[in-house]
Amino acid sequence: MPSLHALANPARFLKIARPLTPVLFWAGTLLIALGCWAGLTRTPPDYLQGETVRILYIHVPAAWLGMGGWSGIALSSIALLVWRHPLAAVAARAIALPGAVFAALCLVTGSIWGRPTWGTWWQWDGRLTSMLLLFFVYCAYIALARADADRGGDGRVPALFGLAGTVLLPIIRYSVIWWNTLHQGPSIGLTKSTIDGAILWPLPIMLAGFSFLFGAIVLMRMRGLLAVAKAEARMRRMARI
Amino acid sequence: MNPWPFVAGAYAVMLGGTGILAIVSYLAMKRAER
Repeated sequence: MPSLHALANPARFLKIARPLTPVLFWAGTLLIALGCWAGLTRTPPDYLQGETVRILYIHVPAAWLGMGGWSGIALSSIALLVWRHPLAAVAARAIALPGAVFAALCLVTGSIWGRPTWGTWWQWDGRLTSMLLLFFVYCAYIALARADADRGGDGRVPALFGLAGTVLLPIIRYSVIWWNTLHQGPSIGLTKSTIDGAILWPLPIMLAGFSFLFGAIVLMRMRGLLAVAKAEARMRRMARI
Repeated sequence: MNPWPFVAGAYAVMLGGTGILAIVSYLAMKRAER
């Protein structure tokens, strides 16, 4: 297993990323197909929510990746600020767009779930509002990181913003405990769940599938950003001759 | 209220959004690496 510092060399990183990208993509696609089949046809309806409980299998992975994406940005920001890891800024920029998309998908699928379950598309409660804030913070990060890259910055300003934004993660996580919200309380933990196993079992398949696909998308975006940086460096060298 | 249009809509948004993101990322990578 290569260490973090061994991957600091972009050529070495690309040597690993090129074969890994299709593996993650196809493994993720297959697991998502399996999870959709299981979630839509092999599980019973919930005694209270009925068939709408099936939205769980896509809503939870979207929330997981929306928040996990920002954790990835925070870790990359630490790697940039502490170790000056040359790929950290590229990784953070590559994670930002898919993270924002999954945060938005979490909001939209949650809204579609809310209409038949709560009788409303939207409610300004703690969980929904904090997740919406995370989406806006993603948008601000994308704009800031792009502006920093365009003016030849070293990525420290977006990295500081990336670290500051992590304050939202515990707020989202504990919002359903701290405030009396319309959103249900925590029902899925790492070790136990209040949801019956007969309904829950396709969820880990979907979580793994969307996580693999997220990984493939981040690698594709990192490869694209590295190729653009390489082409720009070549142009600068040619301009000096 | 029939729940299936909501279930189908949520799956279509999620799978469509993820698919578009994957295609856009793939095309951007291929264009940059060319």
